[in-house]
Amino acid sequence: MKLAYYPGCSLEGSARDYDHAVRQVCRDLGIWLVEIPDWNCCGASSAHMTDHEVGMRLPMRNLLLARELELDILVPCAACFQRLKAADQALRADPGYWDVRDYSSPPDIIHISTLLSGEDVLAKIREKVSQPLQDLSLACYYGCLSLRNPRVTGVVNWEAPTTLERIARAVGATPVSWSHRTECCSGSLTLTRPDIAVRLVGDIVQAARRAGARAIVTDCPMCQANVESRQLDLGAGEPALPVFYAAELVAAAISGQYPAAQQKLHLVDTAVLNRVFSQAAPAGEGPR
Amino acid sequence: MNSDFRPVEAGNPKFLKKLATMGVDVHACFQCGRCSSGCPVADFFDLTVMQVVRLAAYGMEDILLQSKTIWLCAACETCATRCPNEIEIAGLMDVLRSLALKKGIAPAEPRVPKLHRSFLDSVRYWGRAYEVGMLAAYKLRSGDLACDMKLGMQMLTKGKLKLLPQGIKGKAEVRRIFAGKGKEYER
Repeated sequence: MKLAYYPGCSLEGSARDYDHAVRQVCRDLGIWLVEIPDWNCCGASSAHMTDHEVGMRLPMRNLLLARELELDILVPCAACFQRLKAADQALRADPGYWDVRDYSSPPDIIHISTLLSGEDVLAKIREKVSQPLQDLSLACYYGCLSLRNPRVTGVVNWEAPTTLERIARAVGATPVSWSHRTECCSGSLTLTRPDIAVRLVGDIVQAARRAGARAIVTDCPMCQANVESRQLDLGAGEPALPVFYAAELVAAAISGQYPAAQQKLHLVDTAVLNRVFSQAAPAGEGPR
Repeated sequence: MNSDFRPVEAGNPKFLKKLATMGVDVHACFQCGRCSSGCPVADFFDLTVMQVVRLAAYGMEDILLQSKTIWLCAACETCATRCPNEIEIAGLMDVLRSLALKKGIAPAEPRVPKLHRSFLDSVRYWGRAYEVGMLAAYKLRSGDLACDMKLGMQMLTKGKLKLLPQGIKGKAEVRRIFAGKGKEYER
């Protein structure tokens, strides 16, 4: 399989490890990624929240670049995914309005969890896992933008998605049933109103813990950054839950190792995952 | 809610027309309250989501544009997703925010549009968001220097932040988008 790849800005910066994990997993699964040449920022929430035209035209440029590759587009970031889908919908409806002459045979826009939870891909993951993530209870956390608005994302199970749970099971982890899977963590407000983010993140983490989760797994770089970082403001009490990317767990389970460099990029201690690997491998590796 | 309420006929017909062209059918609302009950940020709002929709249907934009709600909305789309009448409520919030900015109305949550501006300046300049530059611009703009300094340092030492920006080749195209390409027709 060959796909166009739109990493998005987070995956070049604070979520660089997510980018590495996605590329590694795709390599492992025989999916060839062609990065969209000279892609630009999709505008994220800031563009569409303040200027409709800019919020549409930024992702449109990427769609038109991808269309030249004649490939469907893989998107790991939930926000980028939603913005590309919105722009795609507008272009399909009326390309002329957006000064585009031809938008016939447009690319499909595929979110990473949709790709990884396809039956064929899951079978391949199960077959390639060298270190199953045994006894790891995970709260699968979707957040907002890979799901909503379903009129834009085209997602069918928006209130009760199962993609992350299926991926978690394929690598041998145990997803828990819990209440806050699709609640917003207020990532777009985390810098301006940290008090709101602390409250929402606190609720989410508490719910995950109540269900018996030892870690959270997500497919959104904003959720990952926000839910890990705002736990640091929650003060003493129960230990914080690390937030992993689904692709990160798949990469680790397939390769059979969770390198120290990767552990270090988390703001919350990843001991719960390190342990899975240190039990299998010789002792004395990785910082605690 | 206060004495800013005026009779229905005081509503702005231009505003209603704008909503109609954006596909936001505020008149379909029967005030069931699903939007408000599911909103994750509702506790921090001064107008509830259903109040926003009803005031919009009345064309009463002034009270809306001065509200905290339009800036505290996180754009999570829970309201629009659950609306039984499929009203594009999150899209309504977008219209309200951009209208408030265009009209130069002092935002009730000034830090929020300052962050948006810092982020978008970075995209306009480089073609991609450059986190460190965006954060620095936001800190200067908001004067909020102390907040999250510890977190910033932690991210820096962990190597989570990219120190140097990287501009794309199509910067000129991106700048044309920001300069208002397509907006010649006042839409």
